[in-house]
Amino acid sequence: MLLSLAQSALPIGISGIEKRFGAVSILSDLSLDVAAGEFLTLLGPSGSGKTTLLMILAGFVRANAGSIKVGGEEIITMPPHKRNIGMVFQNYALFPHMNVFHNIAFPLKQRRVPAAETAERVERALDLVQLKGLGERRVDQLSGGQRQRVALARAIVFEPRIVLMDEPLSALDKSLREHMQIELRNLHRRLGMTTVYVTHDQREAITMSDRIAVMNAGRIEQIDQPEVLYARPRTKFVAGFIGESNFVPVESRNGSVWYEDRKLRMNDAAPSSGRHLMVVRPEKLRLVADADETGGVNLLPATVGDVIYQGDSFVCYATLKDGRQVTLRDYCRPDVLAKLPAPGEPITLGIDAQDVVLVADQ
Amino acid sequence: MSLASASLDHASHRDGVINADALRADARRESRGMFALLSPGLFLVFAVIIVPIGWLFWLSLFDESGQLSAANYARFFDQASYIKTFVTTFKVAFTVTGACVLLGYPLAYMLSQLPRRAASICLIFVILPFWTSVLVRTYAWLVILQRKGLVNTWLMDLGVISQPLPLANNFAGVVIGMTHIMLPFLVLPLYASMKTIDADCLRAGMNLGASPAATFRQIFFPLSLPGLASGLVIVFVLCLGFFVTPALMGGGKVIMWAMRMEQTTSLYSNWGAGAALGVVLLAVTLALLGLFHWLLGTRATGVWSER
Repeated sequence: MLLSLAQSALPIGISGIEKRFGAVSILSDLSLDVAAGEFLTLLGPSGSGKTTLLMILAGFVRANAGSIKVGGEEIITMPPHKRNIGMVFQNYALFPHMNVFHNIAFPLKQRRVPAAETAERVERALDLVQLKGLGERRVDQLSGGQRQRVALARAIVFEPRIVLMDEPLSALDKSLREHMQIELRNLHRRLGMTTVYVTHDQREAITMSDRIAVMNAGRIEQIDQPEVLYARPRTKFVAGFIGESNFVPVESRNGSVWYEDRKLRMNDAAPSSGRHLMVVRPEKLRLVADADETGGVNLLPATVGDVIYQGDSFVCYATLKDGRQVTLRDYCRPDVLAKLPAPGEPITLGIDAQDVVLVADQ
Repeated sequence: MSLASASLDHASHRDGVINADALRADARRESRGMFALLSPGLFLVFAVIIVPIGWLFWLSLFDESGQLSAANYARFFDQASYIKTFVTTFKVAFTVTGACVLLGYPLAYMLSQLPRRAASICLIFVILPFWTSVLVRTYAWLVILQRKGLVNTWLMDLGVISQPLPLANNFAGVVIGMTHIMLPFLVLPLYASMKTIDADCLRAGMNLGASPAATFRQIFFPLSLPGLASGLVIVFVLCLGFFVTPALMGGGKVIMWAMRMEQTTSLYSNWGAGAALGVVLLAVTLALLGLFHWLLGTRATGVWSER
């Protein structure tokens, strides 16, 4: 039996969290539920309040108001050392005066676990993060990736009910980071601990999470599964932060939506009257050869600005009639490559009715 | 070996030696230039450190009649007053260093925990005494601590004591005066090293279940040891050779090593004996530093190399 976190994984109920530093509001009336065993990511730009929320969860920052319940138990005023929450810090925060073994044994020592059991559990934790046999190493003899693993082992060895991670991969180089993303996700699947993960890297969030809470200016803009978040962003911020987006201004009137003088074909019902933005992902746009093509496609006349070959795909920058720039991306299939337009050439861009997503124009 | 591979070898060999001589010459030129830039500093070190110490050592080997002898060193073993001075010096140095640690560690800890602005204001108060001469500060302590000084007058007026406390012209006076002068030498390096302790390490300690007291004991304190060690060494070594404060505050009853040297050279004009005192002080100091380094080195190197 490995570490058995699954049985003890607990849900987190966060409600009405307020945090102000002086007159500056960092978090305002923030509520969020994390299911037992869920991998939830707080995603947002720096200053969005995601790290502050994590610090409040860990007990290092005191909120001005709100409630945090872990498995129904209120912990908002509980001191950090009694919370039993594992945390992986951005810079790992390994203790430089202890070797790997003593770093990982530290939480067990605080809990007065007998020496023999401590040795056994540290050994298992080392095994779990693939650092078997490195217990005697000094921290400064480890590579960045190994330190990351030690920090992880230390955060889970005492079988906490919840694990918090504050941008734990941001100090690693790209290939190691991608490798660790997969490894962390697999570890989470094996151990099933409730995990709250903070990152500003949308690709990392999409790769790892069960659900993503997109934060902006101290609020949660949208919380959904990665694929829903990508396909159906509900605000302009979410659409812009996750993936690439072109925004095309449209207008809703009398129950239908118009782009200039063209009525949009769309599967969703028309939103309330007024100005809106159509979210157009570069890969949802396509070059339409026959301008007479109809059915479920919306046609946008445009002029080609530039075409850039990128190996597996190409990018076409085009200008709509209203002067707005949009980006189109497609794979380099032979049939498409054969008909690539030249700069300055008029083209017709198509977007399927099912891909039309509207957000409010803030 | 076939002809083809031979010519290949030749080609790669020739590739390897292109400009090799010019590059070697360039490297030599650079080293010479560097040495030329360094030489004024080296000369200064030689002229003001190596030569005087050599001279001191040389002087210590001659007795009063100018004969080469070990008489100056023999005195350390057969004259009780020498041994007493030696013991007093170390007693003062240990006591002052201990007092500095007791006062300085909490002070440095407080400074390291204060917000940056408040800390820099408080640091000014730590450094402020540096701007006044040691002589002035020592006389100030004499005024405060003497028989009819501020402290005794107040305590007697308040009825706490009926007889004046012996605070000056004795061991206590020397320790109080020297502690005041030495404190910044302990606080400044200690504060600097405490500032470099990662706040996340302390957070991690608490997160992993250690109470604030346990976090301090198991994480903060061990990580502050290198800074404490360097402060300790500076204070201790400065104490060993200190002159002004013990001379004024000791009232002639506390004779330290440096005072002995002064007596020997200016009163008895025995330069050989004075030089021997200097050599012994230097040797003992170096030995202590070496011991200290050896004791703390193994534990602290891990922490130091981490930074």
